[in-house]
Amino acid sequence: MELVCPAGNLPSLKAAVDNGADAVYIGFRNETNARHFAGLNFSDRQIEQGLAYARRNETKVYVAINTYPQADNFAKWQSAVDQAAHYAVDALIVADIGVMEYAAGKWPELRLHLSVQGSATSHEAVRFYAEQFGVQRAVIPRVLSVKQVAALVDNSPIPIEVFGFGSLCVMVEGRCSLSSYVTGQGPNTFGACSPASFVRWTETDDVLETRLNGLLIDRFEKNENAGYPTICKGRYKVNDVTGYAIEAPTSLNVLPILPELLRIGVAAIKIEGRQRSPAYVGKVTTILRAAIDACRDDPDGFRPDRVWLSELSALSEGAQTTLGAYQREWQ
Amino acid sequence: MTTARLSLGPIQEHWAKEKMLDFYRTIESSPVDIVYLGETVCSKRRSFRHQDWIDVAERLQAAGKEVVLSTLALLEANSELGYVRKLCTNGRFTVEANDMSAVQLLAGKTRFVGGPSLNIYNPRTLSKLVELGLFRWTLPVELSKNALAGIQQEMPPGVEAEVFAWGRMPIAYSARCYTARAHKVSKDDCAHCCIDYPDGLMLSTRDNEDFLVINGIQTQSARVHNLIHELGDPTALIDVFRISPQSEHIEQVISLFDQVRSRSMEATEAVPELRRFSASDLCDGYWHDEAGMASCIQARTA
Repeated sequence: MELVCPAGNLPSLKAAVDNGADAVYIGFRNETNARHFAGLNFSDRQIEQGLAYARRNETKVYVAINTYPQADNFAKWQSAVDQAAHYAVDALIVADIGVMEYAAGKWPELRLHLSVQGSATSHEAVRFYAEQFGVQRAVIPRVLSVKQVAALVDNSPIPIEVFGFGSLCVMVEGRCSLSSYVTGQGPNTFGACSPASFVRWTETDDVLETRLNGLLIDRFEKNENAGYPTICKGRYKVNDVTGYAIEAPTSLNVLPILPELLRIGVAAIKIEGRQRSPAYVGKVTTILRAAIDACRDDPDGFRPDRVWLSELSALSEGAQTTLGAYQREWQ
Repeated sequence: MTTARLSLGPIQEHWAKEKMLDFYRTIESSPVDIVYLGETVCSKRRSFRHQDWIDVAERLQAAGKEVVLSTLALLEANSELGYVRKLCTNGRFTVEANDMSAVQLLAGKTRFVGGPSLNIYNPRTLSKLVELGLFRWTLPVELSKNALAGIQQEMPPGVEAEVFAWGRMPIAYSARCYTARAHKVSKDDCAHCCIDYPDGLMLSTRDNEDFLVINGIQTQSARVHNLIHELGDPTALIDVFRISPQSEHIEQVISLFDQVRSRSMEATEAVPELRRFSASDLCDGYWHDEAGMASCIQARTA
């Protein structure tokens, strides 16, 4: 089982490589990838340095070109594909059919992985991308229970990669327009969810309010930890009850079910978090590396180490973790 | 140019069987041209069995409607895939593919329609799907008039463009059922509680702004998307205007769209009427490259 780690910049890439990543994934400095944040991602020079570093350490480099171009900007995605091909990266992580068709036609040697943004949740959907564009691996949205992942792995024509740790999209990736509904910019077209430029923090007396493009996402008392105003992690009123109607701030953590994921034949585990610090990437990579190795050595006897779990919780949103949809009760 | 057609989208919420039968009886004599039928949100909803859908499809077809069977937008269980396969091989009615599983099952075998939850954002993607049998598609709700124009400039001939012209927009899907969550139970224990919310369950901000509508695993915009102005615009390159079902006043909404289509009413005259039959404020931001919840035409004409 391959460990795929996030690298939002060169120091993060080095932290992932140094701490045991089998592969790192990166993006260019524009909206062609789903972490289009200010100050993040790789310039040409940095990509060259990153590739050299990863190759010296026998770590693969994947490039995410996983947002959806439109008629007037398709050329930008094309040149991102060309650039990645020019660097002979180990795989492209792609979501858009047009981009895939371009990449498969122009660069037949270039390996393609279906991005989570491609929203494939069944083996027939995965088969579509494998048959049409020769896609060789699919990253699946965080919506299936473990049993359903097992059925998908069994029936899929290509290997399956799942999310293992990090911020939790509770909506199907690639099909969530919450952010664009509020701000005009969302993951599919702009490469960012709840973009920072729309965020306002307002402190009045004893209350801190977080707003996104003017819309109230949450309100915090002095004794509460204020979270970033991601729409799906806000508090709202439903049937006169105020609370986390969609999901509380929390991170995904699969360590408790790692032996099962290994047993059912998941090909790779991905850590979310290109927007996180190099220290975060280094720490999470270290723990996941140790966990996967321990699990591989003794799947039946594997128990997640308590120290790992508490360290991961400390790095999580809201200082708590969940198995998310892998566990049916969560759904 | 030919006159635009009106379509009725699939019922997105969970209604009781009698209500659905009554609803489609009304539609038989309405001026919509195309009717999309089927459960697109949650496979646990069973007011209608397969044969009930086919019965309604036959009646609507006999009434002169083009009938299309819509597939589930989010597939999780193999049983759900099995039903999508059954729809895709029905052999009689056109199918609207709402995820790539359905596309895979239809591709190269029969002509099909692409639903709004397929990510068709550019002409290259559209052309590829047309090559595989797609002949009509609904623009993803978050795309604008400019995006549509861009696609149409390079669109293969004969392909029909449909837009989500009236109703609360589906803007997210999840494994989790938020209606069940509001009832403090998990999806497996939902007891079909969404049947109590025929127009979904309102989610408001803490300062009481209506924001989203919960409909099981689907999240909708609270605001009602309205593109009736485009129907009054002869230069608009839209073949089909989709009206999304609502539990009340659908006849009036369809009638207003029909009157604007036939030029017996101006769009600006229809809007105050539409507001009376709308469950919430209107919006059209996406169409104008703004935030989806924005109301651009209203702001301009106010």
